[in-house]
Amino acid sequence: MSTGLNIIVCIKQVLETTEVEFDKETGRLKREGIAAIINPFDEYAIETGLRIKEKSGGLVKVLSMGPPNAEQALRDAIALGADEAYLATDHVFAGADTWATGYTLAKCVQKIGEFDIIICGLKTTDGDTGQTGPEMAEVLDVPCICYVNEIISIKDGIITLKRSLDEGIELLETKLPLVITVSKDIAHPRLATLRGRIAAKKAVINQLTNKELDLDVKTIGLEGSFTRVIKIFTPQINFDGEIIQGNPNELADAIFYKLKEVKVI
Amino acid sequence: MLTEKPVRITDSCVGCGLCTQACPFGSIAVVDGLAVVADDCRVCGSCADACPVDAIEMTKSYVKNIADYKGVLVYVEQREGEIHPVVYELLGKGRELATQLGEELYAVIIGNNITKQTDQLIARGADVVYVYEDPIVATFRDDPYTQILDECVNECRPSIFLIGATALGRALGPRVAARLKTGLTADCTGLEIDPQTKLLQQTRPAYGGNIMATIITPNGRPQMATVRYKVMNEAGIDEKRNGVVINRRVPKKLQDRVKTLGFVAAKEQISISDADIIVSGGKGLGDPNGFKLIEDLAKELGGAVGASRPTVDEGWITYRHQVGLSGKTVRPKIYIACGISGAVQHLAGMKTSDIIMSVNKDRDAPICGVSTLSTIGDLYEVLPLLIQKIRDYKKNA
Repeated sequence: MSTGLNIIVCIKQVLETTEVEFDKETGRLKREGIAAIINPFDEYAIETGLRIKEKSGGLVKVLSMGPPNAEQALRDAIALGADEAYLATDHVFAGADTWATGYTLAKCVQKIGEFDIIICGLKTTDGDTGQTGPEMAEVLDVPCICYVNEIISIKDGIITLKRSLDEGIELLETKLPLVITVSKDIAHPRLATLRGRIAAKKAVINQLTNKELDLDVKTIGLEGSFTRVIKIFTPQINFDGEIIQGNPNELADAIFYKLKEVKVI
Repeated sequence: MLTEKPVRITDSCVGCGLCTQACPFGSIAVVDGLAVVADDCRVCGSCADACPVDAIEMTKSYVKNIADYKGVLVYVEQREGEIHPVVYELLGKGRELATQLGEELYAVIIGNNITKQTDQLIARGADVVYVYEDPIVATFRDDPYTQILDECVNECRPSIFLIGATALGRALGPRVAARLKTGLTADCTGLEIDPQTKLLQQTRPAYGGNIMATIITPNGRPQMATVRYKVMNEAGIDEKRNGVVINRRVPKKLQDRVKTLGFVAAKEQISISDADIIVSGGKGLGDPNGFKLIEDLAKELGGAVGASRPTVDEGWITYRHQVGLSGKTVRPKIYIACGISGAVQHLAGMKTSDIIMSVNKDRDAPICGVSTLSTIGDLYEVLPLLIQKIRDYKKNA
């Protein structure tokens, strides 16, 4: 492919820590004072996109949906080497579940133009679902391959890759375009260069509001979501632990007798 | 309410009547030489499959009527004809929910040489088992399995659809949910019926287990959930139970865009998501060779080897062993943490294990805060002694 590949990487901005608390009165998460970062799993998706570009040529476009300040995550992706950035941001997109998010992102992709491969992280550290990628693929009517841990080749519109399942590794092949979600085994994410950081500061972040997308508000955001969160709570862990100090033999005995007590041996 | 008949008969109908034989609900008849669909049609597509002249078209432009959806459907994940044990847990929970609703429990299995499994599924609580048996779907592929489950749901119309939150289930679930245009709640650890609304209340961890959320699917049907393995109780076996087996043909036009060129089974006999016992190593091992000791102990206990993120980042062990927020969330009966201080990201992935034991030099390490038994010492001294004690005990037993 002489013109190179159109690579879209979907990323999400998340809170840096998952040690979050929520306000019992408003039921909202306390975000104050917690830094926002690119979802750690998405760093592997960005890295995968950059490596495909380096090998096969093309453009890496990063796409995110979120509040206006999610722009920073896109700038961070530009600093790593992405070429273009798109932020779907509009109050009518807010409150979306995985389906409504996947649907909106799919519509953004169609707006951005032709694509050969869409890369998503395995899941996010906040929602922890891993559903948005496959749901987006379904809307775009392209195949979706989850848990990709190695891309072997992309040639003449055919991609060959491996994916890691619980029971082992599958070797798969399909035609472009497609959606993949990548495992952390795929590549070690690079760090931003100084030149990248300068480019990031100047980069234009393309805003996609519903003015551009023109979606029926019944199909997006909270209204377009099939699921509703009705309760959020902190799990109760009843805990009663025992700490043992002593010589190595006593410590080994303590574990040995506990294993016997619970009938493991 | 149906706004349009979901099945359209075109002019090419020859009135042969094969569709009336194929319809499991008696909802299609031949009148004056043409097929006619009754109002109680459940849109299963059997007639369209049977039609020799392709005169029957399924339309999808009808509005779902929530009251039409009844019962609980369980997806039966299998590999080479062997059922994944999470299915028995889904049947256990599914039976409980179905009984509470006064409705039926369905199971659907796709594969080859699987009919032998239907007795087992009925003994474990299924009232009806849908079987899609064909060599062409012997192994899992996302496209054909999605298409078949979409068809099955449109025939069976369950109010609730449960899938195991295995790697396969979590890839398949969102595809099916998106095709059915309904909600899906990931990785549930609690499922209950709201006594008033009869809606399924789905509880799941988020933010690495620091927060739990309860979620409902008020307007989509079925209410779909992937369910975490080793949380629900397995269904008991009752050989005397009766159930119905419905054999369905795999569709002739099967979407199948991804070719499987090969499969290499994992080297480990037990993966960390399946293991009842996990022995994990952390940075305290000092170097990659330390994992030999971890492997030895895991082997003696019949368990799997886990690892903390720094050891994976250092390349001491592969990612599939990583426990924690950016690895796998595990919930074994016993978790033994060796040389792991217990960063919050690690704790998020294992703190709900039934029993946690740790070997660590630092008594102030966070791992001690979640351990049932913390031993404060050098793992290179403690573990060899422990392994020896277990070996001696086994020899004398």
